[in-house]
Amino acid sequence: MESSAQSPSAFGASSSSRLLASGLGARRRTVNVVMTALIAGAFVLAMIPLFSLVFEVAKRGIPGLSVEFFTEDARGVVGGGGASHAIMGTLVITGVAAVISVPIGIMAAIYLNEYGTGRLRRALTFFVDVMTGIPSIVAGLFAYALFEIFFGPGIRLGVMGSAALSVLMIPIVIRSAEEVLKIVPNHLREASYALGTPKWKTITKIVLPTAFAGLVTGVMIAIARIVGETAPLLVTTGVVDSMNTDPFDGRMQNLAVYAYNEYRSPGVMKQAAYDKAWAAALTLIAIVMILNVAARLVYRRYKTEIR
Amino acid sequence: MLGAATKKRNEPTEKRGEMTDSRPAGTTSTEPVTSTAGRPAKTIETRGVNLFYGDFHAVEEVTMTIEPNKVTALIGSSGCGKTTFLRSLNRMHELTPGARVQGEVTLDGEDIYGDRVDPVAVRRLIGMVFQQPNPFPTMSIYDNVAAGLNLNAKRISKAQKDKVVERSLRGAHLWDEVKDRLDKPGGGLSGGQQQRLCIARAIAVEPEVLLMDEPCSALDPVATLAVEDLIGELKSRYTIVIVTHNMQQAARASDVTAFFNLDATGKPGHLVEMGPTETIFTNPNQKETEDYVSGRFG
Repeated sequence: MESSAQSPSAFGASSSSRLLASGLGARRRTVNVVMTALIAGAFVLAMIPLFSLVFEVAKRGIPGLSVEFFTEDARGVVGGGGASHAIMGTLVITGVAAVISVPIGIMAAIYLNEYGTGRLRRALTFFVDVMTGIPSIVAGLFAYALFEIFFGPGIRLGVMGSAALSVLMIPIVIRSAEEVLKIVPNHLREASYALGTPKWKTITKIVLPTAFAGLVTGVMIAIARIVGETAPLLVTTGVVDSMNTDPFDGRMQNLAVYAYNEYRSPGVMKQAAYDKAWAAALTLIAIVMILNVAARLVYRRYKTEIR
Repeated sequence: MLGAATKKRNEPTEKRGEMTDSRPAGTTSTEPVTSTAGRPAKTIETRGVNLFYGDFHAVEEVTMTIEPNKVTALIGSSGCGKTTFLRSLNRMHELTPGARVQGEVTLDGEDIYGDRVDPVAVRRLIGMVFQQPNPFPTMSIYDNVAAGLNLNAKRISKAQKDKVVERSLRGAHLWDEVKDRLDKPGGGLSGGQQQRLCIARAIAVEPEVLLMDEPCSALDPVATLAVEDLIGELKSRYTIVIVTHNMQQAARASDVTAFFNLDATGKPGHLVEMGPTETIFTNPNQKETEDYVSGRFG
């Protein structure tokens, strides 16, 4: 069968082929390359501060790392000693803050998403939004003022630091928990109601397990956010050289304040102090990175595929 | 009122000018019919039910009797209120914010909207299967079927639970396909299997009435046939109400058909006619019904 008016020449040689003649012309190709280069360049530019930061901290911090750094505190030493008290302090203070914030945050999110209606809900959402913007020093001063009422001026406790960090952490937990609860599809709740299940049981047995992975991830990211907060801890937990794991018993050191202190008051052996400060900063970065990676792994492992 | 055929107790369906009925006169529709499990299946009656979403009047003045151990199909074009009406039968309608119910709905004489009636208790007696299969994704197949038992107040031993799960899965014609993988997640089945899983889940709590909202519309024809066969079997033990926009399905699978219609968009849906399926499809009383079932509008 004869083909139509076109000559049976090689593809693209026919003059009546409009599509092939216009093609991905030179101009479009150039624009493509230029834009790709620009966007990739912007990405590299954005990554430079991040990598340079990590590189610098690592470079200066590694000399400060040692077994001693992780196992000994700074009690009674000059130039030597380690930061184990600071590391323990960070873990304890952040842990107590999480213990306070997570139940409050998740229950508030449950209220906002499952029960709340009308004006109370709008008011609460507004206040949560405001709280996400509170400067950390304000949270610290609030915690100090609160405890001063009960314990008198000059009080310094580990748990005060936790209280300050909770003020910062609760709105983050509420926000992310609310998002995750919203994603749980409504037809699962309906299926549960149709079986004759009361609402509270639907929430605890169906909604929360379905949202579990997202909730855990949200909490871990919230922890990563507050673990390096320095300002509130400066005014609440004080500075101390010895190990203290009791949040209710006097001053407690933590990595952020430790780094600040070593840098500000290096004492006699300056370089050693600076090294330790950088090492503390490096440890903090490592903690944040571990938390973030763990959060992703937990999410991938435990997430619920909702078909 | 023209256009609304109501069925009263002890009276056969009325036709304009004639009295015809496929059942012998004098049979009541309220004799408790004993199911094979030994428990009487129950009758649902509605009187003057009006349903609202806020100010919008969605369904108007429905008075009907849903007979025990029969499959009642609710048919009608989209948006005429069949699903809204169905959801009012087990107090799911009121879960929508702003939704209201007026009128009376009784389960074997007891008003389910009574002041002191717990909606949770109502839903344990009147179960529901939804259009989109919705097995709980965090639970295994076994746990999905047992969900009704686990989530309600019942405390039963593992051995008893095993029996209930097996009975329900057999009842839903799913046992042979899943008996070797009861601990696998509920979401890993095909659409038809998932829907049968949802049916197994619904019957595991042994309700008295089973409401089904377009249960086959998300399924392929083979799965649809399987579910329809299942419905035919289940009616010996439960009263079944099924909403469907597929007229052939209503004709195949139901004993009684109720036709809903809208006068115009924005107007409330109402019950036009209700009667034995064969009558509705071959010799309906109302012209509207005849036009719908013969496909003149839909």
